[in-house]
Amino acid sequence: MNPDIKEKPNQIFSGILEEAQRRKNEFEADSAPKIHIGVATCGIASGALETKKAFEEALDEQNIKARIHTVGCIGHCYAEPVVVIDYQESGFPPIFYPEVTPGKAKMLVKFFLKEGDPRLEHVLGATQENEMIPSVMEFSRFNQEKRVVMEKCGHIDPEDIYDYIADGGYTALEKVLRRDPVEIITEIQESGLRGRGGAGFPTGKKWDLARNAKDKDKIIICNADEGDPGAYMDRTLLESNPHQVLEGLVICAYAVGAEKALVYVRSEYPLAVKIVTKAILQAKELGLLGKEILGTSFNMDIEVFQGSGAFVCGEETALIQSIEGYRGMPQNRPPYPVHKGLWGKPTVINNVKTLASIPPIIKKGAAWYREIGTENSPGTAIFSIVGNVTHPGLVEIPMGVSLKTLIFDICGGIPNKKKFKAVQIGGPSGGCLPAEFLDTPIDFDSLTEAGAMMGSGGMVVMDEDNCMVDVARYFLDFTQKESCGKCTFCRIGTKHLLNILDRITIGEGKPDDLNMLQTLSEDIKSGSLCGLGKTAPNPVLTSLRYFLDEYEAHVNEKRCPGMTCRKLTAFYIDLEKCARGCDACVGCCPVDAVFTTSNRKKGIDQILCVKCGECMVACPPDYDAVMTVSPPELAPVIERPKEAVEKSK
Amino acid sequence: MVKLLVDDKEIEVKKGTTLLKACLENEIYIPNLCYLEEMEESVASCRMCFIAIEGEEKPVTSCTVKVTDNMIVRTDTPAVRRLQRSAFRLLLSTHHVDCRNCPANKRCELQRIAKLLKVGLKQKKLEQILKDTAIDESHPCLDYFPNRCVLCGKCIYVCQKQNGKAVITFAKRGFDTVVSFYGAGDLSAIPCGACNSCVEICPVGAITKKA
Ligand SMILES: Cc1cc2nc3c(=O)[nH]c(=O)nc-3n(C[C@H](O)[C@H](O)[C@H](O)COP(=O)(O)O)c2cc1C
Ligand code: SF4
Ligand code: SF4
Ligand code: FES
Repeated sequence: MNPDIKEKPNQIFSGILEEAQRRKNEFEADSAPKIHIGVATCGIASGALETKKAFEEALDEQNIKARIHTVGCIGHCYAEPVVVIDYQESGFPPIFYPEVTPGKAKMLVKFFLKEGDPRLEHVLGATQENEMIPSVMEFSRFNQEKRVVMEKCGHIDPEDIYDYIADGGYTALEKVLRRDPVEIITEIQESGLRGRGGAGFPTGKKWDLARNAKDKDKIIICNADEGDPGAYMDRTLLESNPHQVLEGLVICAYAVGAEKALVYVRSEYPLAVKIVTKAILQAKELGLLGKEILGTSFNMDIEVFQGSGAFVCGEETALIQSIEGYRGMPQNRPPYPVHKGLWGKPTVINNVKTLASIPPIIKKGAAWYREIGTENSPGTAIFSIVGNVTHPGLVEIPMGVSLKTLIFDICGGIPNKKKFKAVQIGGPSGGCLPAEFLDTPIDFDSLTEAGAMMGSGGMVVMDEDNCMVDVARYFLDFTQKESCGKCTFCRIGTKHLLNILDRITIGEGKPDDLNMLQTLSEDIKSGSLCGLGKTAPNPVLTSLRYFLDEYEAHVNEKRCPGMTCRKLTAFYIDLEKCARGCDACVGCCPVDAVFTTSNRKKGIDQILCVKCGECMVACPPDYDAVMTVSPPELAPVIERPKEAVEKSK
Repeated sequence: MVKLLVDDKEIEVKKGTTLLKACLENEIYIPNLCYLEEMEESVASCRMCFIAIEGEEKPVTSCTVKVTDNMIVRTDTPAVRRLQRSAFRLLLSTHHVDCRNCPANKRCELQRIAKLLKVGLKQKKLEQILKDTAIDESHPCLDYFPNRCVLCGKCIYVCQKQNGKAVITFAKRGFDTVVSFYGAGDLSAIPCGACNSCVEICPVGAITKKA
């Protein structure tokens, strides 16, 4: 390459960088307090927009000048809406406030911004080390995380490209454009990066295959279908830092030799669609996309494609079919998309998180990346952790951290003094692991070996009150509905699995059912065409393996040990604990099944009871008199007094 | 030409042939429902055509594998038969078995497979789950029987091939998937009067000409 041209990206980019820095300096030099509000979908769902409005109104009313900076999500879902107030003149460091309702927002403006009192009782911590307020970094939820992909999420404004650039964004692209594409692929190969879409395929190898494919017109697709129930890390990334993903896409296209890329986002993610579309426009305006990127001869365009949101459309061949306008049905592989993909062209399909890992790797080098995580799974893993944990949310940890550390240290363990029972990893395609597996390190191979899988990173934590048969049924219900219907095993097999599980949870399981579940599951796994069918039986197989006793209790004794299967459980009131004269549970029962006994305590009419559990919630914790029992026949019989019977008629 | 060994019998076929075609050409029957010779790529949806290749851990579908020189293949290992029987029982669990009243009787592919696999057509292992609609009579000259159909897709393929655009397509998803005559309203607007392709290709008699 001509040395002049080689220097061109650098020259052009330094102009852009200067402008970004200028804007940042201007923002920082402003002595007005800064209010950073997280407004990704999760924040909005918790009321972040109302909070923002409340701040604006209160600032107006009090006549205070402050700058509101909207940012993406920092992943602490339990604390939404999250606000960071940086008020230097007050002498306090930037402070992290959780659960900022509009009322709290007005209060903070009045007390903190007007009077200088940060109301420490509402503070989670300071976001910088200081002598006054404990730093959030002292919490394990913060200090045990390792942010590579989500590093900038929650700090920059996703709708302002200069925010990303001022924070080091697009420097990786500038660096890449001055290097040989093959070198880039080698660097990614050396980093050991594996695809974060589930299967963990080596990314560098995929790129290399595509680069060497004969056809000239190549296509890159960013897979943001994200259909796992409970998983939302790809959405969060796109909403909180779209440019890191776009930068990864451009680098991939340059390395592979493509000029066209698509971001496949489900249309149920309107905010992500909007933000990515805007980000593409902004990148184009600055010449980071489009024709002659940063003055080189490299052209590239990115389009957004909105998928209709079927889970199976996340499978790469189905995704291609869906873009081409056909039914989203998986195809046999080979041919693999890298050889014959969209419109028959060589196509690289990478997950959002995979692509977002690229800029940091290029910037800091393969060796740096390899230091994070384990030998065979370098880098970080992002999980969305939901269920029975104290601090649910998005967590980015180095690979190799144990499940125990993640669940108990980082996410605060199981609430309400309950016992841990199982964790479902990898969404509906994954498996349930019991307590014996808590020491398992989180990486691609260890999880697969244990019978779960990394999947796309959904994690559901379950306490002792969960019924594992019901959990398996829940996931099967999902996959069964999401089966595309193409191949025999998945289309019909999952339906039978679900029917059998349904039967077992209502106490109609037959002795041979467990055998049938096992063999049918094995056959569906080996016989199905695509990954959906091949993994759909995992929740059944793992729960059979680790919680067989629960299945047996359901089938043989018609008993649900987790006391969740309604047909097999009864609610009753412990007369020893019930407080005479208390009426707390009476009104909440939707079917008037609660009655007053002759000595003014309460009883439950087992015939009327629909087992909604409302009375259990209503009973004051001091009494805690509502009990569950399985099988239901074990519930003590309490006669309804005559007059009560009359009255209920 | 490529030489391979199937169940100890040496066969020779053209390079690039799929294993399924190679076997069928040499009179080695392998159960199959969705394979059509003229298709460029097999849809591989019926999951019946499993065979075992030496060196491979698990059975593979023979319609998606190309022959290679000196390949050693078995068509009847326990693992192969287990998968085939399992897939076949699944299909039968959604199939209304009523051979006497079915036009496909005696030429039905399911009867042939049942014989080979020694699985009774009235399987008992799985619960029978039939669709509510027994016959879709919406087409002016054709009837469709969802509880006969094995969703092999051959009818859609031949219709597309014959008429440039398919009158029939798959509709709904998952377990509810059916073949449907979308918008086939008026006989004058569709080629079906003079064409019989789908009726002829259907391996199980699930599409019939109206009486
Ligand atoms: C049923 C099914 C659903 C999938 N859904 C997704 C998804 O939502 N997002 C994704 O990135 N990959 C998904 N995948 C994996 C993709 O097929 C593909 O492997 C991945 O996008 C490749 O990207 P990677 O190499 O960066 O992991 C799914 C696979 C299957 C079988
Ligand atoms: S395994 Fe399921 S989702 Fe995949 S092709 Fe078969 S029917 Fe469709
Ligand atoms: S109607 Fe016949 S040819 Fe068409 S999909 Fe059903 S079984 Fe196959
Ligand atoms: S013939 Fe091979 S899967 Fe149907």
